[in-house]
Amino acid sequence: MRLITLPILMLSMFSVSTFAEEHVVSQKNKSFSENKISINVGDTVHFLNKDPFFHNIFSLSDEQYFDLGSYPKDESRSVVFDTPGEIEVECAIHSKMFLLIEVKKSEDN
Amino acid sequence: MKTLLFYFTLLVSQLSYAAETEPTDYTFIAGHPSLQQWLLPTPIPTPKDNPLTAEKVSLGKMLFFDPRLSGDNNMSCATCHNPMLGWSDNLTVARGYKSKALTRATPLIINLAYNNLQMWDGRIKTLEEQALAPMEAELEMHADLSQKIALLSGIDGYVTAFDNAFPDQGVNTKTMAMAIASFERTLISNNSRFDTWVKGDKSALTADEISGFKLFVDPVKGNCAVCHSPPNFTDDGFHNIGLASFGHDNPDLGRYNQRRLNLMKGAFKTPTLRDIALSAPFFHDGSAQTLSDVVEHYSEGGKVKTNLSPNFTANTLTPEEIASIVSFLNALTSPHKPFTLPTLPQ
Ligand SMILES: [Cu+2]
Repeated sequence: MRLITLPILMLSMFSVSTFAEEHVVSQKNKSFSENKISINVGDTVHFLNKDPFFHNIFSLSDEQYFDLGSYPKDESRSVVFDTPGEIEVECAIHSKMFLLIEVKKSEDN
Repeated sequence: MKTLLFYFTLLVSQLSYAAETEPTDYTFIAGHPSLQQWLLPTPIPTPKDNPLTAEKVSLGKMLFFDPRLSGDNNMSCATCHNPMLGWSDNLTVARGYKSKALTRATPLIINLAYNNLQMWDGRIKTLEEQALAPMEAELEMHADLSQKIALLSGIDGYVTAFDNAFPDQGVNTKTMAMAIASFERTLISNNSRFDTWVKGDKSALTADEISGFKLFVDPVKGNCAVCHSPPNFTDDGFHNIGLASFGHDNPDLGRYNQRRLNLMKGAFKTPTLRDIALSAPFFHDGSAQTLSDVVEHYSEGGKVKTNLSPNFTANTLTPEEIASIVSFLNALTSPHKPFTLPTLPQ
């Protein structure tokens, strides 16, 4: 998983807005690197664990339910967001972790 | 030169990042900067809509100790959260209405103000929401709150105390909960010998206790601090720690009932360890009688290993290492402060 992160980052630099974009949100010190991100329908978010222990990222939102299970440092799990809305993302283990993902319809730009 | 400076800045920023983020990067010398993250922040965290006042705390204390706020008028919050027993009850599982056994141990209520979520399964967010829940619970205090508000409204001493604490707001469930929550926020342990050592007093901990602390934070030894993390010895997290009771029929699923995620089956909130020595027995099911039993449990890797927390790594410890960790845990108790019981108005 770690190996593909860098190419993904490079890819995202060259991508233009008409293509689905890749975003990386890391988990460090029991918090997400962002509190809120704004993405477009079809974009992918990579949840990258930078803590020396496990996280278990999930969302119980109606628009996009996911449970990424637990994974250790330097591993990531990815979600393609295909429904517009405000998606609340948490960690099952660490109750203080919270991230809001605003998924916009592409034509909103 | 510019490039050099850039790399130098990058290097420095990476170094300082590492220093503040790697929890294992300690220097075990009294007062060392790397230890300061273990001190609880001051002032006590308090919600904007319920600032602490002496009047609220004084009223909250009366309500907390008043047995008339239960169905049979014989049980107060302090029946289970007894200050003489470390704000707990020294029972395996709590006993509620008509002395019926409940399913979980009474949690200690020290440093609740620093909690992100309340209850063993985190089902309640704030102390204000929590305060009246056991009072109303059929199996716990079994009180009819509207009756209790009527009772309090008929006692002059209470009417005056509510008026002082909440001018023009009256006696109601909201003000009652705010007062109890305010009192609970004052139950703080932040002055243990460990705290004194962190602040710089070399003589506050023995060599054995310092060894215990080293083992406590060492990921390949005790690995305790991965969950019992600074500053309040908790990650505000939920873990299945492999207790025998999870292997019983219809086990208590804990956090899973709040968050339907596989990992949460049998997971319970990480409690603080400050004043922990005062509130035996331990674990949410009260299954460990002593702190040695607790540390041995972790050293053995748990009893029921299905759905264990991924952050629980079993590292076998020697009896000496277990004893050192226990010595350290015993150094987390703040000095006893005399506690004055309220006089309840009649
Ligand atoms: Cu987490």
